Amino acid sequence: MENIKLFLQAVIILFAAPILPGIINRVKAFFGGRQGRNIFQLYFDIYKLFNKGIVYSNTTTLIFRIAAPAMAALSCIAALIMPFGGQSGLLSFSGDFILIVYLLALSRFLLIISAMDTGSPFEGMGASREAQFAVFAEPVFFMSILTLSKITGESSVHGIFSKLSPVLWVENAPVLFLIVLSLFIVMLCETSRVPFDDPDTHLELTMIHEVMVLDNSGPDLGLIFYASAIKLWILGSFVSAIIMPRHSEIFWLDSLIYISGLAIVAISAGVVESVMARVRLLRVPQFLLAAFSVAIMAFVFQSLKG
Amino acid sequence: MKDFIVEPLENIEVLESKDFFSELSTELSKGSGISSYFAMPQGSDFKLFACLLSKSGEIKIICSNVREKITSLSTFFPQLHLFEREIAEKTGLKIDGHPFPNPVRYENGLTASSGKYFRLGGDEIHEVAVGPVHAGVIEPGHFRFQCLGENVFNLQIELGYQHRGIENAIPKVKKNKFLPLIETVAGDTSIGHAWTFAKVYEALSSCEISPRAASLRGIALELERMANHVGDIGALSGDVAYLPTSSFCGRIRGDILNTTAILCGNRFGRNFIVPGGVAFDVDEKITEEMMSKFDKAYEDAVSAISLLWDKKSVLDRFEKTGTVTTEQALKLRLVGPVARASSVPFDIRALFHIYPYEDYELEPLTLNGDVFARAYMRWMEIKKSYKLIKNWMNNLPSGPISVESKSLKPNSLAMALTEGWRGEISHVCITDENGNISFYKIKDPSFHNWQGLSIALRDAKISDFPLCNKSFNLSYCGHDL
Repeated sequence: MENIKLFLQAVIILFAAPILPGIINRVKAFFGGRQGRNIFQLYFDIYKLFNKGIVYSNTTTLIFRIAAPAMAALSCIAALIMPFGGQSGLLSFSGDFILIVYLLALSRFLLIISAMDTGSPFEGMGASREAQFAVFAEPVFFMSILTLSKITGESSVHGIFSKLSPVLWVENAPVLFLIVLSLFIVMLCETSRVPFDDPDTHLELTMIHEVMVLDNSGPDLGLIFYASAIKLWILGSFVSAIIMPRHSEIFWLDSLIYISGLAIVAISAGVVESVMARVRLLRVPQFLLAAFSVAIMAFVFQSLKG
Repeated sequence: MKDFIVEPLENIEVLESKDFFSELSTELSKGSGISSYFAMPQGSDFKLFACLLSKSGEIKIICSNVREKITSLSTFFPQLHLFEREIAEKTGLKIDGHPFPNPVRYENGLTASSGKYFRLGGDEIHEVAVGPVHAGVIEPGHFRFQCLGENVFNLQIELGYQHRGIENAIPKVKKNKFLPLIETVAGDTSIGHAWTFAKVYEALSSCEISPRAASLRGIALELERMANHVGDIGALSGDVAYLPTSSFCGRIRGDILNTTAILCGNRFGRNFIVPGGVAFDVDEKITEEMMSKFDKAYEDAVSAISLLWDKKSVLDRFEKTGTVTTEQALKLRLVGPVARASSVPFDIRALFHIYPYEDYELEPLTLNGDVFARAYMRWMEIKKSYKLIKNWMNNLPSGPISVESKSLKPNSLAMALTEGWRGEISHVCITDENGNISFYKIKDPSFHNWQGLSIALRDAKISDFPLCNKSFNLSYCGHDL
């Protein structure tokens, strides 16, 4: 029975991830006074792309061809580590959050070199921006998880999540609040949302993430869309686990709490996107450094307490 | 004062080539601006005309016969830069001492390879070429950036992909085809160009339009201005990913265009202005319908656009981005809201006060020429246009809407100026001995302002280019003709 549950969780994660961008889009449409696209639009897009052929530019090499499938695979592995509701993930071990970060980093590395591989000046520009911002985003994430780990005394993602409870909030509200803030900022940056990037823009010169996939087409592009939806799911899970820390020990109820937590995160991302303009590219590192200081502050508070 | 000039050709003194250029530089140093500068073929030679507009609003035309070469003054007066390149391209004349003699529109057998690209040396310089095919549904243009990292050192703008040969076509087509051609010079400035053409035509046929026709033309022109400014502000907020304003402005622009459609049956005001007056009259019912739609659209525009000026994240993007100083704006002779955003108080409406703009004044404003200034200038103009339209609608003079236009004076030159929504539009028309148009010169405001965009990008960030570009929102087809 436990094995079936583990398997079921993995299937739900891998199938449900593309709904999060759909929720964000609906929230944006609501604020814009529009009806908006179908909440399942990303599924249709991915299905459509999978039925198309692939065009490879003549200047690309093997790197470009393996990047997209490898990115999707790496993201899926990272997703399998994530716990689901109160349950442990399929692959869970002590210190597994480090693996999650580096699986995502490896997938970013592949995206960057595949962008460089095309030889296009736009994609090189996007790659340089992505690499620069990643340097600032990574320590924020580590610092936040480290503090969480210190609060809960656990070192696996599952352990941390299962120790999070309303009681913990009562005791550590300020620290947890700071962690939620910094993780939310990292999530927006890493998944290329406003105010860091604009997923809807068609202007090559301002893009970060989108410009790197200009040469990808067909199933490759579909895989990249899918990988970024999974990434949003993974990073959103951390935020959702902290803001909805209730465990009922009933599988379906926990799953429901977990998924509605993710929906709340997606809605908040949509609201931020609707009411805020994108920051200047120059300010992105400053923004991330601010998030880093928030994370450090959380760590210091926690250390002083302990 | 009149915003047009009409002279028999023999009254325009033909200067010696040397005198012409010294006169031209004297006038320009006195602060006059070049409104039009072109060479008309005359046998195997060319007749060079420079139309100058002084600070106080006097139009002066100087002229000279040239063969083989002209002297370039653009090193001293950058405002002549593109005009000289245009003359060289159209006529095959040499331009002595021009700093960057690239073709403008690839006419007369010139191709992209006849020009050169400006390049910076150094291993770390990164060249980015954008277009002419763009990711959005916009007009074609080629932009080349010389960058170091995210910093832009130089932006070279190469246009000409939309060249249709409108100026050459006008003397060749039948009379009833003039307006359809003129209205496509720049589709979003149909009314501005049609009015300028009508002014030239009326000047040459000495006919005076009725006050009612002038007021109706004013309404159409201001509606055009409002629609485009609202659209631009929406596009600007779309560029910084600020959704509330951008989603509404697109729709409101449509509502204002629809008001124009109630006036004349076409959203862009085509076929409304005809030489001698306007083609459609309004009655009480139409006025009422227009006003109710228009008031609603304006109300919506106020609430959507006001959001922008309170939003810190938007202001942070707009302020100090793509600055054009007053000095630069004057040197390049930028026109329209772009120039006024750099605190250059230049507006054809305020300069000439022709009916129905007799009370129009510019507010003394100090703006620093950044994206914010250009956006805010547009907002100010929207508010002013609204007041103007309301006033004209409520006090429409009675009378005929058009008068019979007579035949054109032979062997004459006429020039007229209009403040279109992008700035000063100038048309020059020269007739032959039978009173037919033998030469026509159009200048869209974009012809001055493209250079301003390139200057705005100096030392800016390459990621700010789209925002600067939108804040200028120049016409490709108006430039390419």
